[in-house]
Formats: sequence, C-alpha cells, structure tokens
Amino acid sequence: MMRRPLPVVERPDAWPASYGDEARPRLGFFTDTTLCIGCKACEVACKEWNDVPADGYVWTGNSYDNTGGLSANTWRHVAFIEQDRPLHVAPSKARLREAEMRDGAAGPDAAPLRDRPSGGAPRGDGYPPPDAPRGDGGEGMRWLMSSDVCKHCTDAACLDVCPTGALFRTEFGTVVVQQDVCNGCGYCVVACPFGVIGRREIAGSKGVGMAQKCTLCYDRTKDGLEPACAKACPTESIQFGKLDELRERASRRLEQVVARGFDGARLYGANPDDGVGGFGAFFLLLDEPEVYGLPPDPVATTRDLPSIYGWMALAAGTLGALVGLSFLGGRR
Amino acid sequence: MTHFDSIGRDRRSRGSNPAPDSYYGHPIVKEPVWELGIPIYFFFGGLAGASAALALGARLTGNARLARNATFAGMVGVVASPPLLIRDLGKPARFAAMLRVIKVTSPMNVGTWLLNATGGGLSVAAGCELLGILPRLRDLATTGSGLFGLPFATYTAALVADTAIPAWHEARRELPFVFIGGAASAAGGAAAIITPPSDAGAARRFAIAGALVELAAGFVMEHRLGLLGEPYSQGRAGRLTRLSRVTAGAGAAVMALAGRRRIGATAAGSLLLAGALLERLAVFEAGRQSARDPRYVVDAQRRRVAAGTSRGASTFAGLPDERETLPAAS
Ligand code: SF4
Repeated sequence: MMRRPLPVVERPDAWPASYGDEARPRLGFFTDTTLCIGCKACEVACKEWNDVPADGYVWTGNSYDNTGGLSANTWRHVAFIEQDRPLHVAPSKARLREAEMRDGAAGPDAAPLRDRPSGGAPRGDGYPPPDAPRGDGGEGMRWLMSSDVCKHCTDAACLDVCPTGALFRTEFGTVVVQQDVCNGCGYCVVACPFGVIGRREIAGSKGVGMAQKCTLCYDRTKDGLEPACAKACPTESIQFGKLDELRERASRRLEQVVARGFDGARLYGANPDDGVGGFGAFFLLLDEPEVYGLPPDPVATTRDLPSIYGWMALAAGTLGALVGLSFLGGRR
Repeated sequence: MTHFDSIGRDRRSRGSNPAPDSYYGHPIVKEPVWELGIPIYFFFGGLAGASAALALGARLTGNARLARNATFAGMVGVVASPPLLIRDLGKPARFAAMLRVIKVTSPMNVGTWLLNATGGGLSVAAGCELLGILPRLRDLATTGSGLFGLPFATYTAALVADTAIPAWHEARRELPFVFIGGAASAAGGAAAIITPPSDAGAARRFAIAGALVELAAGFVMEHRLGLLGEPYSQGRAGRLTRLSRVTAGAGAAVMALAGRRRIGATAAGSLLLAGALLERLAVFEAGRQSARDPRYVVDAQRRRVAAGTSRGASTFAGLPDERETLPAAS
C-alpha cells in the first residue's frame, strides 16, 4: 500500500523525522468546551480502559467537580465553573434592541436585560456600566464545563527533562511514559507547565512509584481505534483525529461560536508558535485559561535551557576562581 | 477602545466570578513529589564538589594535608549522596536506569554523570591517601574530581531552575551562585574543622568567600524576583532563609575573627555547614510554596502577556465590531 506523504505539522528536528517511514500523521484532541455537558463519561471511560486506580471518594464542594484536577490517577478531568453572567452576548445590536422593545425597556439608558429579575424593572443604580456584556434574555448565570487532559506538547518539557528516556514521542507525535523504564525520579512532575503528570503513590496499585499520565490511548490508536474518552463523549465535545484537520475544524468552530455570541471564546493551544510549540490536545475555551486552572502563557522550561546552563557555567567558573583566590594568600 | 485591560486580560470576558484568576484556588503546576532527602542531597553534592575543587587547589599548591582532608570531606558527600537519591527513587536499580542514556536536555541525567565522575575520582584519591600508595594515580584522580567537582557543585541549581516551578525557574540566574556559595562555605568549613589551622588558611578564605557569595546572591535574587521572590521570604521558606542567613553570616564572622584557633574554626565551620544546609532547605521549600499558589504561575505569565512578550497560547477571532456585520443567529 502506498503511504501518503506525511503532513509535516511541526519542527523537523525530532518527530516525525526520527521515525522515518514509520511516522504516522500527528494525532490529537480538540476539546470543544462549548459542547461539554459535564457528564464525566470521559473520566470514567479513561479510568476503565487504562486501569487507573480509584483515588478516593472526596466531596470538594466546588460545584460538581469532585475530582479536583489531573494527576497520576486522573488523566481526564472535568472542570465546573459557575459564573454570574450570561453565556451569550447579543449577536447584534439590532437584535438586542428588538428584545428590549419587546420587554418594554425605554431608551438606550435602560439597564441590561440580565439585571432585571425575569424581565422586570431595571435596577436603576447604573451598574453594571453600559459597556458590560449584555444578556440576550435575562439569563444571568453560565456554567463552564471543560474536560482537561495532557496537552501532548510539541515541545514537551516532561520528555526533555526525563533522565532515563522513559518518556518518549510515539510515531503519532504523542508523549507517552514507558512503564518499564521509568525510575520514578519525579522530574517530569515539576517540569510540566500544566501540572498534568504525577507519580502514583497508591500502595499496591499498578505502576506505583512511577510517572503516570494520558497516553492518548496509545494501545488503541495503534490499532486504529479512537481513545476511550473521545469514544465515550456523548456530545463530541472531545474530538479526536489528525491534528492538522482538528485545527482547521476548530478555527471554523470558533468563528461559528463567536457569530452566535458566545462570550469570551478563544482557542487555547492551537497556535504552533506558542511556548510549547502548539498543543497536541487543544481547547476552545469561553474565558481566560486561568479560570479553568490552565496557565495563560505556558512555556516549556527547557526553552530556557541555554540560559540555565549558561548561568550554571558562569557560577561553576566562579567557584573555580574562588578556589584560586583562596590559595593566593599562601598557607596562612 | 482596546479589548484588553492593563494586564492583558480580555475585557470582553470579565464577569463576576469571585476568583477569576484561578480555578477554586487550585495549584496550576504540581508541587514536587521530592522529599527532604533531595535538598539534603543538594547540600552533600555541593560539599563533595567544592571539596574536590579545594583538594585540587591544595594539591597544586603543595598543601598535602589540606588536600588529603578536603578529599575526605568530599568523600562524606559522595558516600551520603546515593542513599539519599535511592531513598527517593525506591530501589537501587532505579538509580542505574539513569545511566542507560546521556541526555543533555535533562540536568538530572547530566548531574548523575557528574556525580559518578566526581565521586569516582574522589574515591580513588581517598583510597590512595588511606593506603599511602600510587601518588600519580592519586593526583590524576584529584585533578579529575576537582575539575568535575565545579559543575557537580552547581548543577543542582540548574536542575531546579529547569522546571515549571515559578520561584525556581525565574531564579535561574542567581540560584547557581547561591548554590556555589553554599558549597564553598560548606567545603571550606568542613576542611577547616578537620585541618590544623596552620594548614587551613585557604580553606578559611574559601569558606568566608563562599558565605559572602551565598548571601549576596540570595539578596539579589529575592529583590530581582519581586512578587516571585515572596516565597523566599514568607512562611516556612522565609524562616529557613532568615535562619540560614544568620547562621552563614555568623559562621563567616567567627571564621574571620577566630578561625586561626582550632576551637574557633570548629565553631565557624559547623555554623557554615548548617547555614549551607538550611539554605538548600529554604530554596526547596520556597519552590514548594510557589507551586502551591496559582497566583505565582499566573502572575509571571500575565506579566508577559501585558508586556507583549507572551507566546500566544490563546488565539481569538471575530472581534465584537465584526460581529455586528454577521447575520444574527437564528
Ligand atoms: S509537559 Fe505536561 S502537558 Fe506537555 S506532554 Fe508533558 S505531561 Fe503532557
């Protein structure tokens, strides 16, 4: 069978060049959070398929999130954010005016619709200011839900700092820990700018003492299956596929949701020039990344390695100079 | 009107979320899983590396007694290191796993090789000293370990700087100087304790200079970092920092004033060793504190966004004015 030429998605230096003929198109996730309904099917499917141990029965009190965040024992995590503001802003001024006329608001100084109890009288205190986001129907609350996962970074700090080579890049351009090589040093844990990867500490469980994270279901993708989370997602909030296709689809989707007036929509991780060279698993978010517990400007720490080693060399030289100076005074 | 506020946040998306800068205050980066053994290893590694360098200096200037004693002090560091590392990894075979590759992008891997080179050289030199044999081999080993000892005493700073932990990564300029200062004061202090004062002049000067570098680099670091310097001065890390500075400062003063008497050198050396150990513990704890609070992660990155030097993880399309021209959703 003729193999089609590979789409060169990223830098040529490592993947896919290191795989030569065996390289496959880069795979990834596009998590469209506007479609997430918070059912956590992805969390469950991931745990089941990957045999990830249970890590406690905790009641956090943080909306419906009783998982907390990604860790050695959570490879998909659904975040729940309750916000006191509408999901949509008006798609056009004309439409907003139309709604205001219908609701009997008088003139441009009327308070935005969302501040009236079910379309009743304006609050009348002039707050929020007129340029604040306006509701399109009195809906004053929105619920952001987002399924987080390892980003499978193009420049993966976890992989760079791994001292044994246990973390490696697969033929699909994803980042995976080899359990038989990992020595549990924990360096990747502090290198990841997203706090994704962890060392499993649950005594008696599989892979204890070793680094654990999403493999993008390497065992399934090798057999042409989609990862468990994407398979289980009932709304296609988690979309799996070739990364370049996902990026195209995502930019079309962004235009769509912006046109529909979703407030604060942006792609996160779709830019190949970002601090990790683009994410293999990227997102459509409706607010700042930090609202979802994500870093606003992640940079792979190893990007600074030249300066880190440079300062280290300077300091080592200084130590040598200190030795030299100490002996200048002779024996006394 | 621009859509971004003074620190680069997208105005269009500000709402009444009570804590808009974090997700329920959860940390963004992970706290180190490393335990106390790791900063203690940093201390012993520094002691070994700087002692090896001191031994080489002594050998080159013909101070045989200081060379011998610095070699033995270095051996203490070399012998203490592997158990501390293996304790963190779980079993000895896991230490060997680091020797299957040479990986420059991993300071931990590089450091393992430096530990082997420095430790190997020191062991050979110490063995020759003890048995009083093979002076040529001893000198060769001293030369090797002395040269490898310089980066070995320093690499642990590069190791912690090469992480996503804000208080470590952003301190990548000064941390190596803090660490070599501590290493020199520990090595000089240890040698001054076990060497007759008449032969320990260089060790005393090395110790005092080291403590001064350690203190100066620490101050510069804390002030340059601004908000990110906070973890070094607050909470447990802050207490450790202050204690280490008092201890190291006192050690340097006693060494300068009374170091020529055996008892003075012993007191000063002990203070300097303690100061260097406390300082590693302080740096370690500061890193943990900065990882725990998402504010430090977000702040450093938001400042890049505000300064226009962010790498653009978020991409937008369709500004509100353009929205006006789009057909209304049905
Ligand atoms: S650095 Fe973190 S997010 Fe990136 S590939 Fe590694 S574990 Fe995943």
